[in-house]
Amino acid sequence: METRKTSALLYLDGVHVSFDGFHAINNLSLTLAPGEMRAIIGPNGAGKTTMMDIITGKTRPDQGEVLFDGVTDLTKLDETKIAELGIGRKFQKPTVFESQSVEDNLLLALNVDHRVRGTLFWKTSRREADTIERVLEIIRLTGARHRLAGSLSHGQKQWLEIGMLLAQDPKLLLVDEPVAGMTDVETHQTAELLKEINRDNKTVVVVEHDMTFVRELGVKVTCLHEGSVLAEGTIDQVSANDRVVEVYLGR
Amino acid sequence: MTPHFLTRTLDRSASVFLLIVVAAGILLPLSNLLLPAGSAFQVPTYLISLFGKYVCYALLALSIDLIWGYCGILSLGHGAFFALGGYAMGMYLMRQIGSRGVYANPVLPDFMVFLNYKELPWYWYGFDMFWFAALMVLLVPGLLAFCFGWLAFRSRVTGVYLSIITQAMTYALLLAFFRNDFGFGGNNGLTDFKDILGFNVQAGGTRAALFALSCLALAIGFLICRAVVTSKLGKVLIAIRDAESRTRFLGYRVESYKLFVFTLSACMAGVAGALYVPQVGIINPGEFAPGNSIEAVIWVAVGGRGTLIGAALGAVVVNYAKTVFTSGPLAPYWLFMLGALFILVTLLLPKGIIGTFSAWWEPRSSKNWKEQRLATASESAAAEDGVGVAKPAE
Repeated sequence: METRKTSALLYLDGVHVSFDGFHAINNLSLTLAPGEMRAIIGPNGAGKTTMMDIITGKTRPDQGEVLFDGVTDLTKLDETKIAELGIGRKFQKPTVFESQSVEDNLLLALNVDHRVRGTLFWKTSRREADTIERVLEIIRLTGARHRLAGSLSHGQKQWLEIGMLLAQDPKLLLVDEPVAGMTDVETHQTAELLKEINRDNKTVVVVEHDMTFVRELGVKVTCLHEGSVLAEGTIDQVSANDRVVEVYLGR
Repeated sequence: MTPHFLTRTLDRSASVFLLIVVAAGILLPLSNLLLPAGSAFQVPTYLISLFGKYVCYALLALSIDLIWGYCGILSLGHGAFFALGGYAMGMYLMRQIGSRGVYANPVLPDFMVFLNYKELPWYWYGFDMFWFAALMVLLVPGLLAFCFGWLAFRSRVTGVYLSIITQAMTYALLLAFFRNDFGFGGNNGLTDFKDILGFNVQAGGTRAALFALSCLALAIGFLICRAVVTSKLGKVLIAIRDAESRTRFLGYRVESYKLFVFTLSACMAGVAGALYVPQVGIINPGEFAPGNSIEAVIWVAVGGRGTLIGAALGAVVVNYAKTVFTSGPLAPYWLFMLGALFILVTLLLPKGIIGTFSAWWEPRSSKNWKEQRLATASESAAAEDGVGVAKPAE
């Protein structure tokens, strides 16, 4: 067993990424304790999505360290390996498998053997069926289980995707703009849902523009700007910061 | 939640299809062999061979639908696997000729004597044994597909680029097989077959048996495809087709899945080619022509992509039309008609014959259609209530 370099679940230090000379991420450092929920805010182009791409292996950083669970270097692994480690991601645009049923979407997301042979001869066990049942209840889609995911409303799709994250049972959840396009009621329910997931001892990173929503989450906030951390603290501290007001919130 | 394997694999339409294939495989040969020639119900031998050809095409179409309809891999070079299976069978049939060839060489096929070969090339060894040839029918296309797929899928070549390199692959094979020094009969290919397993390939009984075997192969191929697409692996394939990178983020190794299904599909295409060759009596490099592979994709599109049954049906319907039109005064215009057919199907029947039919049929056939409609209506009404004051997405 390798010795842990840090007690943090997620540890980014001095990360740089540039695309054709554009510095998307600039000396970004960020740590997340196990079981923490963190909200990330920042203007467009601040590098929020690129940061998620780096953590999930979609983009390789030019420089810097990205450690998961203190020992695993995420910059060396690809998307599949990283997903298997227990890092789940919800995309900005809801991406569910539209031509398949709600239930099948969850079945596909289950944290089980993902190799070809195991999948070909797959049989759903009692325990896995229960997991799907439980997730359906949490995301309030029990009644819609046999409907095609493509026929769901926008808000329901967002939830289904969060449900897929839950079925994946990851240690770390990356949630990109979960309430974009949702009604006020749905936004409130989503905040409750995420808090409930976090209480289940899961570490959660939420990227969101909706400040009401971020306030409702009531967690530590990191504001990114031009690829690095501009401010960090409670929502009140961050929104009182002059630089944050200047580049993001506006006066 | 996961129904029993058999009920899952054989829903009603799949059972009906299987029944038709098996019935055709039994009844047509029986009518050909047992009824007196000239009787109204006797199927003449030339028709048996013609239908046998269609059945082989149906199996090829099935293999294309498995990868294209369910996994989104558009191979425009599947004819190459079909032709390789055909060549493997052709090599066996050539070795069966023995000393009955024009040059009466007991070992070397005629074309090798003609081209001054002194001995049999090493890659012709073993093809005098049927079991070896049968193994190669599966192994050669499978191995090529595996190597090709391993390189292409691992490098994440997808979409149009993948289609183009499959075209390049079959074209490269076409050029190679055209060469006399490649050792497969060059331009003329392999022909003048005499026996298969000791039976005369020209005899009516052999032809009827080959037809029955083709139907059996189609039935087994269909069952394998159904088992694959109705398994959880089938759901993963559809997930890959619809949202490849999302599937990757769920922890599936997409390239392994593509490789599995591409190789399986190539093996099926190889079997189709192997059954095709003894029924048409020749295999030549023309089978590698890129146009052939594209035509096979059109069959699938016409019948209905992602339905399996549609692919088989499309192959039979289009080839029947081809037989009819190319034997009449419209023959010079066949390719135009085929092109027009493809365009019309894409525009008017994007789901193909079967897809369009089942979209029309299914709601009417289910008992509680009305209830379902009511349920959907109230659900969508409820959903709309919720989105009444949606904030705009960023």
